[in-house]
Amino acid sequence: MGELRLMKGNEAIAEAAIRAGVDAYYGYPITPQSEILEYLMQERPEERTGMVVLQAESEIASINMVYGAAGAGKMTMTSSSSPGMSLMQEGISYIAGAELPCLLVNVVRGGPGLGTIQPSQADYFQSTKGGGHGDYRLIVLAPSSVQEMSDFVKLGFELAFKYRNPALIQSDGAIGQMMEKVELFDQQPRLTMDQLYEKYGSWATLGHKRNDRRIITSLELESARQEQFNFKLQAKYKAISENEVRYESIMCDDADYIFVAYGTSARICQKSIQLGRAKGLKLGLLRPITLWPYPTAPLQELAKRVKGFLAVEMSAGQMVEDVRLAVGNQIKVEHYGRFGGMIPSPEEVLHVMEENIIKGTK
Amino acid sequence: MNIEDIIKPENLVFKKTGLLTEKPLSYCPGCGHGVAHRLVMEVIEEMGIEEKTIGIAPVGCSVLAYEFMNIDMQQAAHGRAPAVATGVKRVLPDHFVFTYQGDGDLAAIGTAETIHACNRGENITIIFINNGIYGMTGGQMAPTTLPGMRSSTSPYGRDVASMGHPLKMTELVAHLPGTCYVARHAVHTPANVTKTKKSIRKAFEYQRDKKGLSFVEIVSNCNSGWKMTPVDSNQWMEENMFPFYPLGVIKDIDAKTK
Amino acid sequence: MAKARGAIVVDKEKCKGCELCVVVCPTNVIRLAQEVNGKGYHFAYMEIPVACTGCTNCALVCPDSVITVYRLKQPVSEN
Repeated sequence: MGELRLMKGNEAIAEAAIRAGVDAYYGYPITPQSEILEYLMQERPEERTGMVVLQAESEIASINMVYGAAGAGKMTMTSSSSPGMSLMQEGISYIAGAELPCLLVNVVRGGPGLGTIQPSQADYFQSTKGGGHGDYRLIVLAPSSVQEMSDFVKLGFELAFKYRNPALIQSDGAIGQMMEKVELFDQQPRLTMDQLYEKYGSWATLGHKRNDRRIITSLELESARQEQFNFKLQAKYKAISENEVRYESIMCDDADYIFVAYGTSARICQKSIQLGRAKGLKLGLLRPITLWPYPTAPLQELAKRVKGFLAVEMSAGQMVEDVRLAVGNQIKVEHYGRFGGMIPSPEEVLHVMEENIIKGTK
Repeated sequence: MNIEDIIKPENLVFKKTGLLTEKPLSYCPGCGHGVAHRLVMEVIEEMGIEEKTIGIAPVGCSVLAYEFMNIDMQQAAHGRAPAVATGVKRVLPDHFVFTYQGDGDLAAIGTAETIHACNRGENITIIFINNGIYGMTGGQMAPTTLPGMRSSTSPYGRDVASMGHPLKMTELVAHLPGTCYVARHAVHTPANVTKTKKSIRKAFEYQRDKKGLSFVEIVSNCNSGWKMTPVDSNQWMEENMFPFYPLGVIKDIDAKTK
Repeated sequence: MAKARGAIVVDKEKCKGCELCVVVCPTNVIRLAQEVNGKGYHFAYMEIPVACTGCTNCALVCPDSVITVYRLKQPVSEN
C-alpha cells in the first residue's frame, strides 16, 4: 500500500508529477489550478528529484518551453485552466505536429471568454476535436477523483511516450479543488542522461554529431510529403483508438437507462443512480475515462439492450455529440447540462432522466 | 607559378565549414543570412561544441535554418524561439542553446518571449537578424522598419504617427539585468564579418561560463524586399540603417573599465 | 607583372552571382561570368588570377560559402 494523504486534486497532480520522475514543469498561474505550481514551488522538487519548475511569462511561453524540453526527450508537463489552454493551442498543435510526448492538464472553468472561475466541462470540444489548427488528436484522460488526478499523471506520461503524442488530463475546478484521500505511488527515478540517449536519442535533440543529427519540426513544405506525414499521424491515431479506450461501467449490467458522464458529472450521476434505484428504476452509468479515444464500442453494446441514454455534462451539450455518433438515431439520447460554473444536483439529474428519457420510452 | 600549384591542400586558407550542410541555402542572392549562418557554425566548430549544441530555428526566411546548420535543431513557432530555448536549456543546463531569429519574429510577435528570456538571464544566446522588413511573406513592414521606409504594407513610407516607431530591441534588452553581453554588428564587409564572429564567439563563451543571456544583433540587408541589387542594398544599409541602428558592443559585463 | 600568391575556387553551381565578392576584392580579381550556371546565375570566377593574394575577403562576405581560398605560405620572390 502506498502512502495515504488527504489532498486537493491539484496538489495530487503536483505530488504525482514529482513522484513520476518528471523532468520539468513550466506553468503560469490561473484559477482554479494555481495550486499545482504553488505546490511544486513549495516542495523544492529541484532538491527532491532535480525536477525543473519554472513560472513562465504566459501560457504561450509555458507551452513552448514544454515543446523545447519535450524535444530533448524529457518528461515535461504544464497545466492551466480554460482561458490559458486557449492561449496554448498554437503550441499544442506544434507539439502534435512534431510528435512530441508531454502531459498537459486543464482544470476547466466556465466560459466563454473570461467566464468564471467555477467548475465547468465546456472545453470538451477544444480537448477532443482539435482546439488548435490542423488534423491532430490529443489523448484525453478524464479523472473523476483526486486518486485519479494522481494516477493519470503516470498513465498520461506512459501513453504520451508510447505514442510520441501529447496527453491531456481534462479535469474541472471541482476535482481540482476538492480534498479526498489519495494513495500515492512510490517515487520513480528520473532518467539519467545515458538512459535518455539510449531510450530517446534516436529522435530527441540531446546533441549529436554532424550528419547524424536530430531535427524537431512540424514543417514540411512539399505537399506530397506533408500528406504522407498526415497519413502517418492518422495511422497512429487509429492505433490509439484501437488500443487505449478506457471507461468505467457502473451498474450497467441490468440497467434499462444509462447516464453517460465523466469527471464531476459522473460523480453526481452515481448518486442519481442510488436515488433512482431506491425508487425501482434500473439506472446505470457509462463513465468515459478516455474522452479521446471515445468509448464508442461499449456504448454501441449497451444500445442493443437499453432504452435510452442521458448525457450529463456541465456544458451546453458537447460530449453528447459523441454519444449520438456512437449509437445513432435508433435509441433515445438526450443531454442535460448546467453552465457557467453551476453544478447540477443528483435530484435534478434524476428528474431529467425520469421526465425526458424514461417517460417517453416506457 | 601556376594556379594549379597554389590550389593544394597545404595552401588552403579558407573553406566552408562542415557544420553547414551541402544543401544550397534557400536565401536570395546576396542575403546576409548566409554569412550569419556560417559564422555561428564556425564558432561552434572552433569551440568544439557541436555535439553539445541545440539550435532553435524561427519562423520567417530562416525557418529552414535547420536544413543548413548541421547540428541538432528544433523549429519553433513564430516568435517563440526564446521560450523553446528556455525549455531546452533548463533541462540540459550544460549544453549550448541558441536561437536564430529575424526582426518580425523577435521584435513583434515574440517580444514577450524575448524580453522575459533576457530578463530571466537564461544562459542562452540569441542571434538576431534585423533587416527592417518581413522578407518571407513578401516585404511587409516590420517592427524595425525605418521611419519613411517603404514596404508592401507601408507603400508610401512608414508614417510613425499612425504606424508607430521602429523598435530598438537590442538597446532595450541591454538595460535588463539578465543580459551579460549585447552587441550589434553587420556582415557585409570583411572587417565587419571578423568583428561579428568575435562577438558570436564571446556570446557562446559567456553562455559556457553561465553569465546570463548573450544577444548579438546583425543588421542585414533584404535586397529582394528593398528592391535593390545586393551591392546597392548594402550601401543603402550603411547610409540608412546604421545611423538608426549604430554598430558596436552595447553591453559587456566583463569589459574592463578604465 | 605580379605573380599570383593566392587563388580561389568557386563552387559555380551553388554561386548565386550576388557580386558581393567582386566589390570586396582589393585587387579586382573577380568578375561575374557571361555564361550562367544551372540555376541561371552569372557565377563568379577569377578574371585576373595573377592578382589574387589569397586574402579571403571574398570568402568572408560570400553568403553561400561557395568560395574556397588558397594562399602560398612563402611569399613568391618577384625577381
